[in-house]
Amino acid sequence: MRDVLIICRKELRSYFVSPVAYILLAMFAIIFGFFFWNSLGYFVYMGMESQMRGQPMPMNLNEELIRPLLSNISVVGLFLIPMITMRLFAEEKRTGTIELLVTSPISDLEVILGKWLAAVALYGCMLLLTAINFAFLFKYGHPDWKPLAVGYLGLLLQAGALLAIGTFISTLTKNQIVAGAATFGVCLLLWVLEWVSGYETATWARVLSYMSVITHFESFAKGVLATKDAVYYVTVIFLSLFLTARSMESLRWRS
Amino acid sequence: MITVNGLTKRYARHTAVDDISFSVAKGQIVGFLGPNGAGKTTTMRVLTCFLPPTAGTAIVAGFDVLESPLEVKRRVGYLPETPPLYLEMSAAEYLSFVGQIKGLSGAELAKRVDYVLDRCAIADVKDKLLGKLSKGYRQRVGLAQAIIHNPEVLILDEPTAGLDPKQINETRDLIKGLAGDHTIILSTHILPEVEQTCEQVIIINKGKLVATDSVDNLQSRARGAETLHLEISGRNGSIDPAAAQRRLEQIAGVSRVVAKDQRQSGAAFEVESRKGSFTRGDLARAVVESGWDLNELRPTAMSLEEIFLQLTGTPAGTEDAAVKGEG
Repeated sequence: MRDVLIICRKELRSYFVSPVAYILLAMFAIIFGFFFWNSLGYFVYMGMESQMRGQPMPMNLNEELIRPLLSNISVVGLFLIPMITMRLFAEEKRTGTIELLVTSPISDLEVILGKWLAAVALYGCMLLLTAINFAFLFKYGHPDWKPLAVGYLGLLLQAGALLAIGTFISTLTKNQIVAGAATFGVCLLLWVLEWVSGYETATWARVLSYMSVITHFESFAKGVLATKDAVYYVTVIFLSLFLTARSMESLRWRS
Repeated sequence: MITVNGLTKRYARHTAVDDISFSVAKGQIVGFLGPNGAGKTTTMRVLTCFLPPTAGTAIVAGFDVLESPLEVKRRVGYLPETPPLYLEMSAAEYLSFVGQIKGLSGAELAKRVDYVLDRCAIADVKDKLLGKLSKGYRQRVGLAQAIIHNPEVLILDEPTAGLDPKQINETRDLIKGLAGDHTIILSTHILPEVEQTCEQVIIINKGKLVATDSVDNLQSRARGAETLHLEISGRNGSIDPAAAQRRLEQIAGVSRVVAKDQRQSGAAFEVESRKGSFTRGDLARAVVESGWDLNELRPTAMSLEEIFLQLTGTPAGTEDAAVKGEG
C-alpha cells in the first residue's frame, strides 16, 4: 500500500510539474464553464417564458439543470481521458525508466494501482473545478445535494473505468500518441455503442448498448444509485487493470 | 555471491544467452566482456529479475531470481545501459523516489540520499532538473540510484559508454571505490576498462561463455605474443619493401611480418613475435645495420577481437550476425 502511494505521488508530481495537468484543468474549466453558462441561461429563459405565458410551471434545478450538466461533464471527460493516461506507461517504456520500476522490490500491481490512482486523482481535480460552478446554484437556489453527490460518484466511476482502459492501452506501446489515439478511439466507441438502442431491441443491440459507458451513467445523472450500473464500472476497472498486469508481465517475456 | 548455472535465454527467433555458468565471489569486481550483441545485457537483465531465464538457474545474494525475485531485487542495484532517469525531477527528488521504492523511508532515506549525493559527487547539482544535466552527471546520478539502498550486488551495464575520457576515468575510480562494500558486475566491450577496473573477467561471445579468468592471467595470455608496428625508410629516400620484409623475417623470434602501406619514402610493417621473445631490440638493430632509418617502432594494443581469436581459435570477423540480440 505504501508503495502504491509512492508511485501515485510520483505520477501526480509529473502531471503537475509539466504543463499537462494545467492545460487539462484549464481546458476543462473553460468548456464546462461554457456549458454551465449556456444551460443556466436556457434555464432562466424557460422560467421567464413560462411566467410570461401566465401559467408558471414548477421548475426543478436538479432535473433541468444539474442532470444535463452532469451528462455534459461525462462527455467532455471522454475527450480528456486519453490525454491523462497516454503517457503513464508509454513514457516509461520509451525512456527506459520501466527497467527501474521492474527491477525494484515492488510488485507490478502496486505500480499499476499507483499510476491508475494518480490518473483518477487528476480527474478528481477536474471535477473539483465544476464544484465552483455548482456552489453558485446552492447560493442562489435550493437544489437537492444528494442527487448531485450520486452524480459525482457516477462520474468518478465512469472515469475510473475509462482511465483503467487507457492505462492498459498505454502499456502496449512506447509511443504516447499511439496510446492516446487508441484510447480515444476506444472511449468514443464505448460511448456511441449506446446509439443502437435507439432503433433496435434485439439481443445483440441490448448487449452492445449494455457495453456502452453512457448507458450506465444515466441512472447516476438522475441521482439514482443503481447497483447494476456501479457493478458495470467496477467490472471494467478490474478487467482493465488485470489486463494491464498481464501486459506488463508479457513485456518481460517478450522484450 | 552470484552463481549462474546453465543459464539460457531464448527469444522467439534466436538464442541470446546459451548455457552460461559462472560464479562471482563476494566483494569482487567482475568485468563482463564481449562485443555488442554478445548477450551481456540479456544476462544482466536476468540477474536483475527483469527477464526470466528460459533455462538454468541464477542465484544472486543467496536467492533464486525465479523463486524469490523480491528478495533478489532488494539486494541488487542496477544501472541499465541508459540511466533510467525521470528528466522532470531534480537529482535529490529522483534519488529520494528511488530510495522509497527500494524500501527506504524517514531519516534513513534522507541519510542515504545525502550519502550517495556525496559519494557520486553530484551534491552540487542536486537541485537541478535531471533533463538539464550533462551526460557525465546523468551517469553518476544513475550510479547513485543503483547504490542508494546499499545493495550487496551492483550490476552496471556499460557504465562508461558515451562519456568523455575525463568522465570515464572519474566513473572508473568511483566504481573501484565501491568495490569493497559491494560485489560488482560491470559489462563493457572495451578491454582496457576491464584491465583497469576489474579483478576477474568473464568473456562471452554470441551468447556463449568463452573464458572466465583473472585479469592477470588474461593479460599474460594476451601478451604472450606481441605485435609491433614498424616504420622504416631508406637512407637515400628509397627502399625495397620486399627486401626489407625478407630481412625482418630472418630475425630470431619473429613469427610473421605483414607489409602495411608502402610509400616511396618508406615502408610500414606489422611484426608479430613469438611468445616469450623480446624482439624490439633485435628489430631496431637489424634496421639500423641494414642502413635504414627507424622512424617508428611501437607495440600495437591487443584488440578485443584478437583476444577472442587467441582464446577461441576462431576468426572473430563474423560478429555481424550477433549484433541484434541486445535491446
